[in-house]
Amino acid sequence: MKRIAAIAVVLLSVGLLAGCPKKPAVIDQGPTGSQVPSSASTQSSGDASTTVTPFGADQNGVGGRNGTAAPGNVIYFDFDKAEIRPEYTDLIASTAKNLTAHPGQRIKLEGNTDERGTREYNIGLGERRAQAVRRALLLQGVAEGQITTVSYGAERPAVEGDDESAWSKNRRVEMVYLP
Amino acid sequence: MNKFLPLLVAVVLAAFSTDAFAEFTVEITSGQSQAIPIAIVPFVTTPDPNVLDVAQLVSDDLARSGRFKTLDRKDLIAEPHAGTDIAFDDWRRLADDYILVGAMTPQTTDRYTINFELFNVLTHQRMLGFQISTNTAGLRLAGHQIADMVFEKILGIRGAFATRIAYISVLGHLPNKRFRLIVADADGANPHIIMESNEPLMSPAWSPDGQSIAYVSFEDRLPSIYVQQLKTGGRQRVSAKAGVNQAPAFSPDGSKLALTLSTRDGNLDVYVVDLATQALTRITDDPGIDTEPQWSKDGQSLYFTSDRAGGPQIYKISLAPGSHPRRLTFQGSYNARPRISPDESQMAFVTQVDGAYRIATMDLSGRGDVQVLTHGRFDVSPSYAPNGAVIIYASRDRDRGVLAMVSADGRVQQRLVSTEGEVQEPAWGPF
Repeated sequence: MKRIAAIAVVLLSVGLLAGCPKKPAVIDQGPTGSQVPSSASTQSSGDASTTVTPFGADQNGVGGRNGTAAPGNVIYFDFDKAEIRPEYTDLIASTAKNLTAHPGQRIKLEGNTDERGTREYNIGLGERRAQAVRRALLLQGVAEGQITTVSYGAERPAVEGDDESAWSKNRRVEMVYLP
Repeated sequence: MNKFLPLLVAVVLAAFSTDAFAEFTVEITSGQSQAIPIAIVPFVTTPDPNVLDVAQLVSDDLARSGRFKTLDRKDLIAEPHAGTDIAFDDWRRLADDYILVGAMTPQTTDRYTINFELFNVLTHQRMLGFQISTNTAGLRLAGHQIADMVFEKILGIRGAFATRIAYISVLGHLPNKRFRLIVADADGANPHIIMESNEPLMSPAWSPDGQSIAYVSFEDRLPSIYVQQLKTGGRQRVSAKAGVNQAPAFSPDGSKLALTLSTRDGNLDVYVVDLATQALTRITDDPGIDTEPQWSKDGQSLYFTSDRAGGPQIYKISLAPGSHPRRLTFQGSYNARPRISPDESQMAFVTQVDGAYRIATMDLSGRGDVQVLTHGRFDVSPSYAPNGAVIIYASRDRDRGVLAMVSADGRVQQRLVSTEGEVQEPAWGPF
């Protein structure tokens, strides 16, 4: 090694190299966080204080959602469209009737798209679909306060798959009655 | 894919990860024909399987960039560890332009010194000579930094191997999916879970100082935007308004966040929130979908997607009050999700070609030339490396979401195939 005497520059001290600022360490655990095994890989023994736990992770069991659209409470859409097809006229009418008869009942309209396109633009399309259903319900006398909307874009497909048979089942608004 | 034969380079990275994590296999699907030949000699004579092979990591980095052709280890004619040991005439016969030699020496427990030198084989010129001292945990980063220095010395482009990426991983199948926001080294190694939820996580965005990440979480079954500090894990909910809270993007100085909000009747527009004062400024006002904002380099304008003219197209608007947006994309019916190269000479975005979604670039400095860089059916979410040389994006391999990279000139393509789950929405962190 003496031959490398010409190497005059000690480039970086270990502190910089070990990259403390580059090491994401999430220690603050959210109230609902569940412990996850440290992701620190074995070569990270040098800074074993690095532990990673989820912050604010969902405490509900997997798939534990508040309310799911009952079968039949789903409106499907054409590709890149937010117009409600005529076949759903009866479903909209019966839903509106139900809500106007029960003013305390609230409903959540969840807009969804198929997987094609960009994720954030799809959030916009899902919102547009949810709003189309909202407007249809408002027109039939449902009070604004009874309806909330959310767009999941392409993030919550009903069916997995890369073809039109899956996509057509994912372009939808789920009407979820809230407890 | 097309004119270049696939280079059969498959490098298993993250070999030290725990099995809780996906490992990535890198496949170079298309390389550059004029890759620069370089010989990288092992830094140790007798490798210890328990210690990272730093020279191999440097070699993998350079090979994956597509700009270098690294000599196979079995073709090495000798294993010099210092410049004075190099028989240049022998190496010249192998047609190598450059040679990297080094010596990694254990000092005390968990402490190493790496001396390395880069030579031009033809001229014998010593181009680099450095010593790095590190512990075991720092070896991987040291290797990436050596690769960065070699890359910059030879190509004149700052290397981005010692940087990080964030991405979303989705595990499991309906209805039992797990969403994870992960930060990893740029080569996919060292993955760390930053946030985990049963509900969707979206749109990770780096702060310019690399200290925090903004993202969208549906953990309350409604979208909220959080900014999370990587070092402490502490996070702040910066937007949870009624309706849409989406598409966060830090301003170049890190003081503001551009984001997408919706009105009561579901109209999406682009806003800017001052992170210190929470002051909210509406930037666009149009009944169409306005979203996916990105800052100009000077922080005075936003690029964004809007379907005000029918289909989604990309626009640019000045933040000065009363400004009107200018449309940038005209070719094709679907152009969305702009990302701006670090020097703002180029914009990457998603374009639709024959029903497929692909990554394209537009020249922002001149005539606005558009080049489609990728060939997949579902190529989305482009993100520039901080040196602007490479774009990482989300693609699909068979039925799975994978990450892929393409050089900004489209010549080098590679895929990072995860061993499990879906991987989506990569965001390349700063230097």
